Amino acid sequence: MTDKAIIDRPVVIIGAGPAGLTAARRLRDLGTQGVLVVERNPEAGGLPRFCGHPGWGLLDFGRVWRGPVYARKLVAAASGVEILTDATVTALHPGGRIEVSSRSGPMTVHAHAALIATGIREAPRSARLVGGSRPWGVTTTGAFQEMVYAGSLRPFRRPVIVGSELVSFSALLTARHAGIRPVAMIEEGPRIVAYRPGDWIARWAFGVPVMTNAHVVEICGTDRVEAVLVERAGHRERIACDGVIFTGQFTPEATLARLGHLHVDPRTGGPSIDDRWRCSDPAYFAAGNVLRPVEHSGFVAAEARRAADSIATALTSQDASGDAAVAVMPGGAARYVYPQRIVSREARVMLYGRADREHRGHLRVAVDGRIIAERRVHARPERRLAIAIDAGGLRGAAALSFILD
Amino acid sequence: MTPAGPRSDPRPLDVAVIGAGVVGCAVFREFAIAGARCALIERDADLLAGASKGNSAILHTGFDATPGTLEARCVGDGYRRYREIHAKLNLPVLDTGAVVVAWTAQEEAALPAIVARAHENGVRDVRLMGAAELRVREPRLAADARAAVLVPGEAIIDPWSAPLAYALQGLAHGGTVHRNTLVKGGTRTPEGWKLATDAGVIHARVVVNCAGNFGDHVEAIARPSPFRIRPRKGQFVVFDKSASAIASSIVLPVPTERTKGVVVCRTIFGNLIVGPTAEDQDDRTAATVDQAALRALIDTGTRILPALADHPVTATYAGLRPATEHKDYQIEALPSANWITVAGIRSTGLTGSLGIAAHVRDLHEEHFGRFDPPATIIWTPVDNLAEHRPRGHMACDRSRIVCHCELVTEREIAAAFEGPLPVASLGGLKRRTRCMMGRCQGFYCTRRVMEIASGRCGDLVEHIA
Ligand SMILES: Cc1cc2nc3c(=O)[nH]c(=O)nc-3n(C[C@H](O)[C@H](O)[C@H](O)COP(=O)(O)OP(=O)(O)OC[C@H]3O[C@@H](n4cnc5c(N)ncnc54)[C@H](O)[C@@H]3O)c2cc1C
Ligand SMILES: Cc1cc2nc3c(=O)[nH]c(=O)nc-3n(C[C@H](O)[C@H](O)[C@H](O)COP(=O)(O)OP(=O)(O)OC[C@H]3O[C@@H](n4cnc5c(N)ncnc54)[C@H](O)[C@@H]3O)c2cc1C
Repeated sequence: MTDKAIIDRPVVIIGAGPAGLTAARRLRDLGTQGVLVVERNPEAGGLPRFCGHPGWGLLDFGRVWRGPVYARKLVAAASGVEILTDATVTALHPGGRIEVSSRSGPMTVHAHAALIATGIREAPRSARLVGGSRPWGVTTTGAFQEMVYAGSLRPFRRPVIVGSELVSFSALLTARHAGIRPVAMIEEGPRIVAYRPGDWIARWAFGVPVMTNAHVVEICGTDRVEAVLVERAGHRERIACDGVIFTGQFTPEATLARLGHLHVDPRTGGPSIDDRWRCSDPAYFAAGNVLRPVEHSGFVAAEARRAADSIATALTSQDASGDAAVAVMPGGAARYVYPQRIVSREARVMLYGRADREHRGHLRVAVDGRIIAERRVHARPERRLAIAIDAGGLRGAAALSFILD
Repeated sequence: MTPAGPRSDPRPLDVAVIGAGVVGCAVFREFAIAGARCALIERDADLLAGASKGNSAILHTGFDATPGTLEARCVGDGYRRYREIHAKLNLPVLDTGAVVVAWTAQEEAALPAIVARAHENGVRDVRLMGAAELRVREPRLAADARAAVLVPGEAIIDPWSAPLAYALQGLAHGGTVHRNTLVKGGTRTPEGWKLATDAGVIHARVVVNCAGNFGDHVEAIARPSPFRIRPRKGQFVVFDKSASAIASSIVLPVPTERTKGVVVCRTIFGNLIVGPTAEDQDDRTAATVDQAALRALIDTGTRILPALADHPVTATYAGLRPATEHKDYQIEALPSANWITVAGIRSTGLTGSLGIAAHVRDLHEEHFGRFDPPATIIWTPVDNLAEHRPRGHMACDRSRIVCHCELVTEREIAAAFEGPLPVASLGGLKRRTRCMMGRCQGFYCTRRVMEIASGRCGDLVEHIA
């Protein structure tokens, strides 16, 4: 190990997925020089690189592509911005000092502003506390998609799919693409989580039986998965299979924030931000799916654009703080809300959240007990809740609640 | 690669060690260094597939052992020996110290006896610690901690690199390792034993039974086993590396007769673990976890360190202690049977192994004779995986990082397939490199690991035409 390289950059973007690349493109368009994107994989593009199914690009490019094509378009659209691949950010320090493990050795980058855009992953079997042995053949949709689309690898022939979110149907599509026939789709809740036609797509288009109100209690097998034990209505059933795909239960890849000094919102699992996308240390910003579970790429790209605008403004203005921050807290059936702090006093600030269960009622925003915005909603855990507020009247306010009741 | 199966040399080996757990590896090393021609025989495709696969990885001082027992002696000796040799094998030690925390008045009353026993065991720096001092040392401990015993010498080590290094050193001294080799029986010869394995016959003068959870089955080759193994399972929850900052010491409960209780401690890899449980079972291989026990461990952990509630779970695992109806180690030489029994190494074998190995060599010397030691000892340092020491990814021209959570490089993975003891199973690869062992459990690296490992670790994946 020789002397560590130390460099200075106005902006460092951590992660070259839809969020990071869109922010890079926007900063370039705004004329910000010297932006560096740091990506730990050998190529930029993020998660879509391994999603072989179509449906990407509509909102940000007005076209519909398969994931890998979308990833390439994102990279091409950010041309002119320096992207350092095969470089992993290993630590964030106060004030924008960033440790990077690069191919040529460890280095320290001093950034005036840094954007955390590290994305999201699915909860593995262990984090779900699923019992049993630990044979090969237990995976997640993301890893499965990458094995099939990037590696042309088939890890099993007749897996069970755990979960029924939209991403679970990506797992089904991927299985079909690879000549794999899932033996069952297992959902803990009373019905399929993805939108309505989901269950008949599973049943009719794929011939995969859907088990609801069921959960996997045990994985069996020594070297490779041999079966799962599924509990349903009080009794246990053994389903023979040679693999298990755990789908969904998204977890922001907020490792850098967690290991460092930045505040992490236990409800979203991501770094907490203000309405200018700033983390608890004003040198850091965050955008994309690292913020919360989980949004599609079009939404992510749009927020990354706004985060880039905010970074560009921050680089040129002296006022880093804004007004006193007003904390935003979820209430009622709201599982989380972000931004977690409001510092601007603009006429239109968006608050986003999710419900923890299906709920018909009202979404209200209250400032110190007074309702300032309200609308009727039919909330479901997988649907975004959004409401605009006028932040102009927040001066002097202590706290703001985002209540689903 | 060592040949699997019998050697062509017609002379019997001096020593055949059955079982490549940490104890077998240490015994193998000891005999090889002593100048014996010896073999290590393992039924599994890789080392450490039995009890040694999952433990708490604490280097015990032996402060709480029952004084005068063989276990107390071997643990104390094993501790000293590990400290002596670890640097030469590039094995890590994380000096954390331990606190035995009393949560009730009754437990507090038991603390002086713990100190007295520690002193009797020769661990003289053990002392009482009041609530105020404890709070300074461990500020995140739940507020109702009343007092503690401080054990400064307890430490954390790497449970897999250590036995690997022992086996490699044994190999460097001319020993052989036979994997995928199940010892099924044996017949006496004038010189010793012909062991029947599923990979041929192995002829040796003296057999050492280090078969862990199969100790009584293997013992039955020599005699009706005077002990019966009944595995005692211990489950663990591994928390994210973010949690390792909330406890600096190993946090031990006041022990009961039956178990040392649930421990909260850091790992050498930078995580924090809570465990183990103590569950007797008949199955000798199934180290399964169950949700109820894991939840209970999380609850216990959170009661001890409330801040743990904010940290995600990275992994779960279980280990099987080779317990017998006796509390103490079952180590004995059978002079007329050319046999040495090393069994029932229940819950301290990672630490005890080097002490056990020295004791076993003494037994051999006493009953079966001594060897000509080589002029110099060859040291076989292993790659460092400890988080607090320089890792492979920090090298100047590092290769690609494959496992992002544990920062494992392609070069480290390739190295695991090279050398005299290449890995041969996915479990072996994980233990050797840490790939797929981090918080994402393979979300980001499974494809790349499969491209490298499949075929060499069994047929894990097929290629899509
Ligand atoms: C399994 C799965 C399936 C999905 N399917 C769809 C779908 O079909 N349609 C859809 O619209 N959305 C889907 N999503 C949501 C997806 O997260 C978004 O579409 C989009 O990828 C989010 O963009 P991002 O930039 O926030 O994160 P990502 O695309 O995940 O990009 C993050 C990037 O950061 C890099 N990175 C992370 N940590 C570091 C570090 N320490 N140092 C350097 N680089 C780092 C990563 O390597 C990665 O390239 C899916 C998500 C998952 C997990
Ligand atoms: C939950 C738990 C926590 C622990 N915590 C600690 C700790 O913190 N510190 C510490 O020092 N110790 C600890 N231990 C104890 C330590 O892990 C054990 O004492 C040690 O692993 C026992 O090793 P062994 O070599 O005797 O057995 P094993 O590791 O089981 O080795 C026996 C080997 O023999 C092989 N074998 C069996 N039969 C045959 C046959 N017929 N032919 C060929 N091969 C055969 C098996 O496959 C196996 O690999 C803990 C143990 C557990 C389970």
